[in-house]
Amino acid sequence: MTQRFDSRVRPAPGLDPDDDSVLEINVETVRRWLVEFLRQEIAVQRGFSSIVIGLSGGVDSALSAALCAEALEPESVHCFMLPYRSSDPRSLDDAHEVAEALGTPRRVIDIAPAVDGYLEKESGPGAHRTGNVAARVRMAILYDQAAGLGALPVGTSNKSERLLGYFTWHGDDAPAVNPLGDLFKTQVWALGRAMGLPLSVIDKPPTADLIPGQTDENDLGVTYRSADLILFHLLDGRSPAELVDAGFPEGDMRAVTARLDATHWKRRLPTQAMLSQTAIGESYLRPVDY
Amino acid sequence: MTPVPRTICIAQFRPDKSDPGSALRRAGATIERALDRDPNTRLIVFPETALTGYFLEGGVYEEARTAPEWFQALDGEHGRRGLPPVDVAAGFYERHERKFSNSAIYARLGEGGGIVHVHRKVFLPTYGLFQEARFVSPGAGVAAFDTRLGRTAMLVCEDAFHSVTGALAALDGAQLLLVLCASPARGARSPDGPENLATWDVIGSRLAAEHGIFVILAQLAGFEGGKGFPGGSTAYDPAGQRIASGPLWDQALVPVTINPGDVSRVRGQAPHLADLEQAWRRLMANSPGAADR
Repeated sequence: MTQRFDSRVRPAPGLDPDDDSVLEINVETVRRWLVEFLRQEIAVQRGFSSIVIGLSGGVDSALSAALCAEALEPESVHCFMLPYRSSDPRSLDDAHEVAEALGTPRRVIDIAPAVDGYLEKESGPGAHRTGNVAARVRMAILYDQAAGLGALPVGTSNKSERLLGYFTWHGDDAPAVNPLGDLFKTQVWALGRAMGLPLSVIDKPPTADLIPGQTDENDLGVTYRSADLILFHLLDGRSPAELVDAGFPEGDMRAVTARLDATHWKRRLPTQAMLSQTAIGESYLRPVDY
Repeated sequence: MTPVPRTICIAQFRPDKSDPGSALRRAGATIERALDRDPNTRLIVFPETALTGYFLEGGVYEEARTAPEWFQALDGEHGRRGLPPVDVAAGFYERHERKFSNSAIYARLGEGGGIVHVHRKVFLPTYGLFQEARFVSPGAGVAAFDTRLGRTAMLVCEDAFHSVTGALAALDGAQLLLVLCASPARGARSPDGPENLATWDVIGSRLAAEHGIFVILAQLAGFEGGKGFPGGSTAYDPAGQRIASGPLWDQALVPVTINPGDVSRVRGQAPHLADLEQAWRRLMANSPGAADR
């Protein structure tokens, strides 16, 4: 066992933009940890024996589904593919490959009629609004399917996209339980490889798949590898100036800090006007599992 | 006369948050299983907040009971099952003197039983993910007490991060130190499990070896709001050697056999405690860092 006196006060890692060892995880430790988390949070705490999950064809949802299949039984993991008409057909193929490999039940529901049924009465909503509507329709469907199946919706958001605000508020962040929320994207890739996910979902460029040719890294203006390293050091108490002095690219730093600083609200519940001395979440504090 | 080895059982336990009835029934069943497994078990050690759950926030004010109330409830469970007398240590949120504490009770259940000692957590972590000082008050001190296993003391989790608490327990005569822990799992780089357990391994071994005492670290299990309590309870002999280890993540009964004769044997070889006893007053009087406080 590693002998280190106090794991809560970590020795400051060296600031080296070429050293991503700070992001290393022991994949077997994390795998067991997250499987136990899912068993406890789904079955023991909430009393569910099955879950629903949206499979996008990307690595996050594939990994979440794989962990759930190990925590429960594959037949208890109900996978839904929810393509819109702008979705890349290869995403659906990849999602099928994941469900096939995991042995989970799956269903395809075309969300275009629901999304377009609303948007066709709006003038020029554009890609951003369309993407947000699609994300929220997907989540509405997952919650409804969960109600029909008596199952719990499980989320797929990773720490990188949560910190960068690269998600739809009350859309893809909405499920009650999320195993990946404290894993950076590069750590998701590492765990996905270790769990034997199809290489087609690990090796392809991550994409929100709202516009043909779209990739996360183009949208963000920074690679996940660089963003994850910067985010790691910022959350560890380093300042942007320290990182730039140490050689981290200034453009990457600006891209990360602009998103991080502008999206704290997306990582919180809605703001409530406080009037009393018993405001919920301010003075009246009870944990989620109480 | 040769000291007789004694058996302790660490009950690595998952609490039933906001369901004290279920927690008590499961605690009773756990005591019964421990005695079934080894009728010679003298003491069963539950972790910090085992009877209530750790992360309660304002729920502390609803779940806290007095030590006599917890004792009566545990003794009632024990009696209902027709079990032989046994000592129990367990963590709970306590209501006392119009205050709330994160406490550990040591009680003898069964005939001739009663509360032997209550330790109130002195060091309340209020940083990072911890908010204890917002909801409970700190205990005043550390004291040892006499039990059938010899002179014993208790600490609650963060107390053990301050080595002076172990010293105070040993100076008061403790030969057995029970540390009741609820340590949320953090750090995922080690193949051996969450890295905070490596920290506890160092603390447990060091406490034992410095004072020549047996140390029991009883760790909570289960998840609370995404935060995992990993189990991995351990015990150390007076030389600091690990003599028992519980499994990761699961609830478990972890037997520990202690031989009281080891204390005097180790202290004879390495009289650190005797040296501390002689030096303590002089140190306190002549060390500006202590004398000025």
